[in-house]
Amino acid sequence: MATLQLNQIVKRFDDTQIIKGVDLEVNDREFVVFVGPSGCGKSTLLRMIAGLESATSGDILIDGQRINDVGPADRGLAMVFQSYALYPHMTVEDNMGFSLRLAGVPKAERREKVREAARILQLEPLLDRKPKALSGGQRQRVAIGRAIVRNPSIFLFDEPLSNLDAALRVQMRIELARLHEELDATMIYVTHDQIEAMTMADKIVVLQGGVVEQVGSPMELYHHPRNRFVAGFIGSPKMNFLEVGVDHANSEGVRVRLPGGESCAIPVDGSDLATGSTLELGIRPEHLMLDDQGPMEGEIQVIERLGGVTSLYVRMGESMVTVTADGDVAHRVHDKVRFGFEPQRAHLFDSEGLALPTLHRHPLAGLNRQDNRAPSAANGQ
Amino acid sequence: MTTARTKPLASTSNQAAIKEGRHAAFMNTAARRRLGLTVLGWTIAGVIFFPIFWMVLTGFKTEAAAIAEPSLIFSPTLESYTAVHGRADYFKFAMNSVVVAFGSTLLALLIAIPSAYSMAFLPTKRTKGTLLWMLSTKMLPPVGVLVPIYLLFRDVGLLDTRTGLIIVYTLMNLPIVVWMLYTFFKDLPKDILEAGRMDGASTLQEVLFLLLPLTLPGIASTGLLSVILSWNEAFWSLNLTSSNAAPLTAYIASFSSPEGLFWAKLSAASTMAIAPILVFGWLTQKQMVRGLTFGAVK
Repeated sequence: MATLQLNQIVKRFDDTQIIKGVDLEVNDREFVVFVGPSGCGKSTLLRMIAGLESATSGDILIDGQRINDVGPADRGLAMVFQSYALYPHMTVEDNMGFSLRLAGVPKAERREKVREAARILQLEPLLDRKPKALSGGQRQRVAIGRAIVRNPSIFLFDEPLSNLDAALRVQMRIELARLHEELDATMIYVTHDQIEAMTMADKIVVLQGGVVEQVGSPMELYHHPRNRFVAGFIGSPKMNFLEVGVDHANSEGVRVRLPGGESCAIPVDGSDLATGSTLELGIRPEHLMLDDQGPMEGEIQVIERLGGVTSLYVRMGESMVTVTADGDVAHRVHDKVRFGFEPQRAHLFDSEGLALPTLHRHPLAGLNRQDNRAPSAANGQ
Repeated sequence: MTTARTKPLASTSNQAAIKEGRHAAFMNTAARRRLGLTVLGWTIAGVIFFPIFWMVLTGFKTEAAAIAEPSLIFSPTLESYTAVHGRADYFKFAMNSVVVAFGSTLLALLIAIPSAYSMAFLPTKRTKGTLLWMLSTKMLPPVGVLVPIYLLFRDVGLLDTRTGLIIVYTLMNLPIVVWMLYTFFKDLPKDILEAGRMDGASTLQEVLFLLLPLTLPGIASTGLLSVILSWNEAFWSLNLTSSNAAPLTAYIASFSSPEGLFWAKLSAASTMAIAPILVFGWLTQKQMVRGLTFGAVK
């Protein structure tokens, strides 16, 4: 049982404000991912929760207790570092048992707890090795094991997978998700990789420039980004943005003029919009469909075939648009193609980058990762 | 011609042989360069070592042979060693050197480790400036502070005491020791100490269980350097000691003045004075080199 609450957290280094007043609530057993570009303050925020960095102002509460002035060890948290930060001069067993040794736990009990964590992570054959003799993935597992042994109320992960190669990263991602289910613990995870965020999180916190841009479930962020930044950051390939003029707008929808001259009604609330103003239309590559009757036309500049899908980079006048098409699409570079989209898939952003409210909620927007589990697993202990 | 030359090298490894065959011309230049550097290295080492070699040799000559035409052929004798030993108790001086060199090193490390820790891991805006200031004190000629220190020592009764010398040597080496430890500590990833903090280590435990074991090569080479510097120090030992606390540097000096220069005896005394530190340096050279290149080759 562990909840975390951040109230108006501010961090200042000298004269620069790194974190500009963050409010956040993390529920018990939730897997929360902080995501954002480098320098957005996500690691600093995690380090403040860990106690390795002090907050300039604001409150950090664990289970309702203010812990700003409690030392890192006494907060009952464990952290997995990006560099793993294993103790190079100790064996795997000593690495994992170090916290217990410091706490004065008797040797036999220590051994038992380390073995238990090693079993969960399949590290048993490696207990006598030094970190030097381990592969990257094994080191990562030892670092996680060291955290498990402490039996923390909250696990903190600081970009734990970024030093691994792509294949191992996918494997560890699955392993972490499995671990979260097995340990049933609250976890906070920092990454710059939106795929990690989308696949593992119950709740994603998108940060930029020390400000929380949006908090929500992965599907919520994907289907209902609050602003242009979140829309561009979540999803791969990146969302296309096109400048469009407003033909007509009211609370029932907005009719915009697409590049190329065709007009299209988008189901968003446009009550405050003036006719003739310009907006940005956001549409994801996977939501653009090749269609001979489609309202937009362009010339293919680059084709990337991934087998299952093909990315087409299409020039439309001044702008480039990415279209994710079927893997078997037969087009070639310099072909002219027409394409379109379903209006409810499109987003409109005003001059400040804020999304106009959509009129229909996506049916999966409220879904979180736990809902993917079979009902018996979700209810069972 | 070139292939014949690379053949003996090729026997070491098959793959290397193929590569070397392919780049025979290049390897040839590299090998020649290597040879040149080796010769240069030995020459410089020879030039540096020659005075020591000559001193050891002179110590085994008679006084007459010592001032005669320099020659490598002579009948060795221990007469200078006997004479030197009869005049002064070598072991008393040697003991002073050992106590003072190791004592000051220990004290310097004890002070420098916490200082370097805080500078490396908890730096402030002034850390760099403090380090530079500490180093700048080494640029002051020691003789500039001789009189005040002499008077101070006289008043508190530290003249001609081992304690006095230990204090002076500690202060003398502290800037270098702090500076070296600082660079070694800086090379240690901060994450490791932070992981320790998360695991519940107090600052002292962090230093004892993580920092010290992980930077031991650096600490050892710093300590060795400090021992050697203290052992070889002559200015302060000659000025602040006379008999009770006089180390080996004072022992050598005592042979140079009163009765004119007796080269053979002086050489014998010098040989005995540098012998311990030479052996010490020889035994620890691996450690020294490893420590001094610790950061560079990581």
